[in-house]
Amino acid sequence: MDWLRDIIDYVPANIDQLRELTGNHLVQAILPIIFGVLLAVPLAQLARQNRSLAGIMLTGSSILYTIPSLAMFVFLPLILGTSILSMVNVVVALTIYAIALLMRSTVDALNSIDDGVRQAAVAMGYRPLRRFLTVDLPLSVPVLIAGVRVISVTNIATVSVGALIGVPSLGRLFTDGLTRNYPEQIAVGIIFTLLLALVLDLLLVLLERLLTPWTRPTKASEADDVALDARTVAA
Amino acid sequence: MDYSSSNLFVQMGEWLANPDNWSGSRGIPMRIIEHLGYVGLTMLFAMLIAVPLGMYVGHTGKGRVLIVSGIGILRALPTLGMVFLFALLFSRGVLPAVWALVLLAVPPVLSGVYSGIASVNSTVVDAARSMGLTEWQILSRVEVPNGLQVMLGGVRAGVLQVVATATVVAYAKADGLGVFLVEGTQVNDNGRLFGGAVVIAVVAVAVDGIMALLQRFAISPGLRAARPAARSEKESGRQEAVASAQGGTT
Amino acid sequence: MTHLSRPRAVRRAMMGLAGGLTAALALTACGANSDPQGETESDAPAGSLVVGSADFPESQIIAEIYAGALNAGGVDTTVTPNIGSREIYYQALEDGSIDLIPEYSGNLLLLADPEATAESAEEILDALPDALASNSPDSNLGVLEPSEAEDKDALVVTAATAEEYGLESIGDLAPNCEEFTLGAPTTFQERAYGLAGIEEKYGCALGFEAINDGGGPLTLQALLDDTVQVAEIFTTTPSLEDNDLVVLEDPENNFIAQQVLPLVNLDTVGDEAQEILNEVSAELTTEDLLSLNREVSGDEKRDPAEAAADWLSEHDLDG
Repeated sequence: MDWLRDIIDYVPANIDQLRELTGNHLVQAILPIIFGVLLAVPLAQLARQNRSLAGIMLTGSSILYTIPSLAMFVFLPLILGTSILSMVNVVVALTIYAIALLMRSTVDALNSIDDGVRQAAVAMGYRPLRRFLTVDLPLSVPVLIAGVRVISVTNIATVSVGALIGVPSLGRLFTDGLTRNYPEQIAVGIIFTLLLALVLDLLLVLLERLLTPWTRPTKASEADDVALDARTVAA
Repeated sequence: MDYSSSNLFVQMGEWLANPDNWSGSRGIPMRIIEHLGYVGLTMLFAMLIAVPLGMYVGHTGKGRVLIVSGIGILRALPTLGMVFLFALLFSRGVLPAVWALVLLAVPPVLSGVYSGIASVNSTVVDAARSMGLTEWQILSRVEVPNGLQVMLGGVRAGVLQVVATATVVAYAKADGLGVFLVEGTQVNDNGRLFGGAVVIAVVAVAVDGIMALLQRFAISPGLRAARPAARSEKESGRQEAVASAQGGTT
Repeated sequence: MTHLSRPRAVRRAMMGLAGGLTAALALTACGANSDPQGETESDAPAGSLVVGSADFPESQIIAEIYAGALNAGGVDTTVTPNIGSREIYYQALEDGSIDLIPEYSGNLLLLADPEATAESAEEILDALPDALASNSPDSNLGVLEPSEAEDKDALVVTAATAEEYGLESIGDLAPNCEEFTLGAPTTFQERAYGLAGIEEKYGCALGFEAINDGGGPLTLQALLDDTVQVAEIFTTTPSLEDNDLVVLEDPENNFIAQQVLPLVNLDTVGDEAQEILNEVSAELTTEDLLSLNREVSGDEKRDPAEAAADWLSEHDLDG
């Protein structure tokens, strides 16, 4: 079990580097989630109000979603004028994926809200913006968070790929580990990546409970999570 | 290769237009074949694992929690790290990379198959059972055709992810479309770097399009008009929204 | 009750999220050094130097050696490791993000002047100043005294292969050329010193197997399991010695000389600092690189900075 010992010893011996890379990794994974939500919700609302626009946006975003991350990381500097080493490329690429995935599920969520609820809000004198922010949006939080959870897990895994083109993240432990013939270092990178994904997911579950105090967590939300892959593609 | 301009878009266009890059063992068509070879082999293994497992769990309902959490963990695995780790630990060659990619492909296929089977309306299943169908017949004649749309959705998602991620193989074993990115960086050839990225994107979009067509034509004609998956999804979403709305007002 | 407490819960969640993000950003701010586009200069005290390194261990080790010696000599210095490939860190040097970086004379010359024909160590050193000046007219870049240490590309074979075919130099491959497959990165097929160069200089067209880890563990594995019989591996790689590999001589200089030397911004690296760096170069040998690489990439897996610190104290350069 020497290798296990090596893995455990690696962490305290390289704590500064790990802290730095984890920080870089988190920023590149979390910023796209925030930007994704902030952009996808208004876009989804826009799509619901204009059918032809909706078709264009949904098709466009699903094509963007298909473009592999490495190609996107390489290509974005051309369009943005950023350095190829810049974290901005990774953040923008992952934001695009997040919007593509969230927009569709947000449209579905907003569409699924009972008209009776909306009409009740209108009857109470809510203007459209207020109704959207205080009725429609909170009611679609569970679907939104289910999407965000999928994005956060894939983001954490995808950020590593940036290391191939020199963007700092936990992925550097993989590239450096290969050149140094150091499988333990790669293993540490994998374990840290898994832990980050787990912690972020727990925080999101917590966030959902805080934002939707009227629901109790049900078995159904777990099944939703599993079905999301199939659903986004099947839809 | 010499470019007529320092403009990166021009270089990209010239690289893509140069016939030299479309022939030979290092040409674009050969790299596409290598790439799709990895995808095919990976999906074969992934489906051999995920399809029976997903059907079993979907049909019996046993081990649901186990696969849901297993899928969650697998999804979070960084494939780049797995490719490099397997390359160092096991023999060189194609297989270590393929196994790393299999770990990537199993979660979407498994969740698609499982939720496809599990989504079939239980009254339909009960009706089949009361007609005297065996469990195997129920699975193959009722659950699979009814859940096929969702199941294929999972396979499609898996293919898409593997096509995208197989690019990282080039950083260890020099195969597939990722090679253009590696070479482009190493010899500072931006035409190749960006042209290669375009080829990868086009291949991914094309493969996904083909999968979408397959998905459409594989559906039993009796179900095609009704689109049961889409409908039941809307209904469950609606129920969920209604439930939360009620919860919120009481 | 629920709808009264909801806004507070939302606010609390948002604040938690914001706090987490701030913490994450703060963490990266500490690590901003590794981003060459980042404001590297601002977080170093005025007048201090920044040593960069390329994205492979040997470069990191030498960068740590430079920085350690400079700090010991009273010149305040920080290290920005892992910048990336030559093109990228050269740009970082031009735009002032870093002040100096360990370099290899031959490859540096080919970057500054792709048409250069110099092959021997002296020719390369003679050609470098003009090439740098014409490649970067807006910066005052230059190289300092070269060290004796060299790390160049080489073709290696196993001891068994060497014995079986009587191999000492690359030219000895020629009589049995068709039996050999060479393992190297894909780009070896198009480099001037690659397959074409070997065929031209030694009359041997080798078979080829692409392995993209830059002469790393996968290349070694392929050589040892006889997937390839010849491999391109750098001369300071400890696995050469560990596996009893034979480096084929290169009398025709297919692989040009690659002496280790500091590439510096002459405007910011002053006389005092130059003197210290010259002292380091006077001490650094190829054997040192081999053993330093062994410490960092061998079984020990030492931190490059620690290995560098030991080397400095062995050579009395740690102040």
